[in-house]
Amino acid sequence: MSSKTSAKDLVLDPIFNNNPIALQILGICSALAVTTKLSTSLTMSFAVIAVTACSSAAVALIKDRIPSSIRIIVQMTIIASFVILVDQVLKAYAFQLSKELSVFVGLIITNCIVMGRAEGFAMKNSVSDSFFDGLGNGLGYSIILMVVGFFRELFGSGTLFGFTVFTKQSAGGWYEPNGLMLLSPSAFFIIGIFIWVLRTWKPEQVEEA
Amino acid sequence: MTDLIELFLRSAFVDNLALAYFLGMCTFLAVSKNVKTAIGLGIAVIVVQAITVPVNQLILNLFLKEGSLFLPKYNLEFLSLICFIGVIAAMVQILEMTLDKFFPSLYNTLGIFLPLITVNCAILGGTLFMQQRDYAFVESVVFGVGGGFGWALAIIGLAGIREKLKYSDIPHGLRGLGITFIIVGLMALGFQAFLGI
Repeated sequence: MSSKTSAKDLVLDPIFNNNPIALQILGICSALAVTTKLSTSLTMSFAVIAVTACSSAAVALIKDRIPSSIRIIVQMTIIASFVILVDQVLKAYAFQLSKELSVFVGLIITNCIVMGRAEGFAMKNSVSDSFFDGLGNGLGYSIILMVVGFFRELFGSGTLFGFTVFTKQSAGGWYEPNGLMLLSPSAFFIIGIFIWVLRTWKPEQVEEA
Repeated sequence: MTDLIELFLRSAFVDNLALAYFLGMCTFLAVSKNVKTAIGLGIAVIVVQAITVPVNQLILNLFLKEGSLFLPKYNLEFLSLICFIGVIAAMVQILEMTLDKFFPSLYNTLGIFLPLITVNCAILGGTLFMQQRDYAFVESVVFGVGGGFGWALAIIGLAGIREKLKYSDIPHGLRGLGITFIIVGLMALGFQAFLGI
């Protein structure tokens, strides 16, 4: 990307045109286990956006001083520091949520999106560009998380953000919750279908396998 | 003893790091195009997992926890993330150098995968689960080996399926990544069936 691209493009491009999950296969790792509920997906999204944006900006800030042979370690340390920050904030202000997210907040460190943006973009670009690029990629990741979380919570427990949408049979309603939606396989299926829809909409993303 | 065998089976199948916790997905999807490389990466993950989980267990209990052996007065657990990732990066580096020096043939097959492993969430995930579930030293060894083994099994299986996939007729938009996700979903269903054991 040239330096002429505006901040708006940097933020919006990764959401549909160059989505980190659907196109670049990055950062699927730590995220999907938290998508059984919308509230945890949302928290996770904010955490990842914050870490990606801040660490990209921080890496860009000191990129001229990092010797290239130890750059991975330096990036890791920067990312790990931001993750610890997010983790401590969550523990202090949203203890219940941080319990539910368990190890997955810590796993943002090894989320390839954060690492990939630091290595691939922030090492070559200015501080503000890197910040917006991190923001955009975080958003692109969040949108998949929210879509998956939406379907899994709606069909798995009949609720959204904990509010009942479909009344369950056990509570006298008509909806029989689909237990499979709460297990891991459903997340894979939903992402597979999401990618299918995205690529039907934007055919240039299809891989010639 | 039976506890340990149960822990091994649990961590390898039911609590499979890749299929039940989505850990190490990036490498899982990117490096599963053929069986040979998948086997190489699988073995590398088992080895690194078997070393790093116990080492991190020791560090956690000897230094970081409140009332630990060497620094009993301080609760440094908030530093655990940064320590773990440092240990993992260092261990991978040491392993790479050792292999290069003493087992050059093994290094040639595994070498290219080792740097990838530092950023593999399965490794850090294994360590974090160890911390969360409070495993003792022996348990952490078993958990490390079991978790690595399950991950290797899953990636080798997926690679085998993807090799055959070349010959099948897949809807246009689903080609490549889309169908891979659906297959991984089906595999996850299969592994969940081990819950009955």
